Amino acid sequence: MQSINRMKIEFDSKSTNEAFARVVVAAFAAQLDPTLEELADLKTAVSEAVTNAIIHGYENKPGTIYMECVLYTGEIMVVIEDKGVGIEDIEKARIPSYTTKPELERSGLGFSIMESFTDSFEIESSMGSGTKITMKKKFTT
Amino acid sequence: MDITVQQEKSVLTVFLKGELDHHTASKIKDTIDLLMLESSVKMLILDMSEVTFMDSSGIGMIAGRYRRVKSLGGSMSIRNANKVISKVLKMSGINQLMKIS
Repeated sequence: MQSINRMKIEFDSKSTNEAFARVVVAAFAAQLDPTLEELADLKTAVSEAVTNAIIHGYENKPGTIYMECVLYTGEIMVVIEDKGVGIEDIEKARIPSYTTKPELERSGLGFSIMESFTDSFEIESSMGSGTKITMKKKFTT
Repeated sequence: MDITVQQEKSVLTVFLKGELDHHTASKIKDTIDLLMLESSVKMLILDMSEVTFMDSSGIGMIAGRYRRVKSLGGSMSIRNANKVISKVLKMSGINQLMKIS
């Protein structure tokens, strides 16, 4: 599929950048004229992926988060990547309400939300080298 | 995230304004927990009318406050959640633990 537009940014693994990342993606996606609900779903999914990179990938230590967005006709692909610790057991991590950090009041719903608020969702991860989340969201307009 | 509180006897109402994510959740948690330590709270009400965004970090914060107020023998409810917020609340199943309007 031919892409219409593309952007790539990197930013520090800091919690203030959760809001920054979702606003950037929403602003870029606006070119495809999504509905407010589609945009809200996309922002929520992006927020989950960036939060995971900060808390789990980099374990609240300094790091860099890489984000790439590609626009296609009626669809956006968002890739969010960290070079952090990686996920030990992806299948377990995908179980709704499963969390490795209950003491931080994590709900364990991050992956469930990414999955149900987008049209496709993939996790690539290896221990010691990081995690890459690829999400695609279709816009009906 | 702006937090305004109103307390009438054992009923604590917390008005949230802004975006509820991992970054802002800890401030809300600390504010509510301190108030629950300082006085007897039997009913915690979260007013979400001015919350424009919430992700699973908000769910974690709400579930944590629910456990705390429950351990004090009280209860909790959420009011004025908009459509976008309600979608995340429903997905979490938290609507089975407390009244959401």
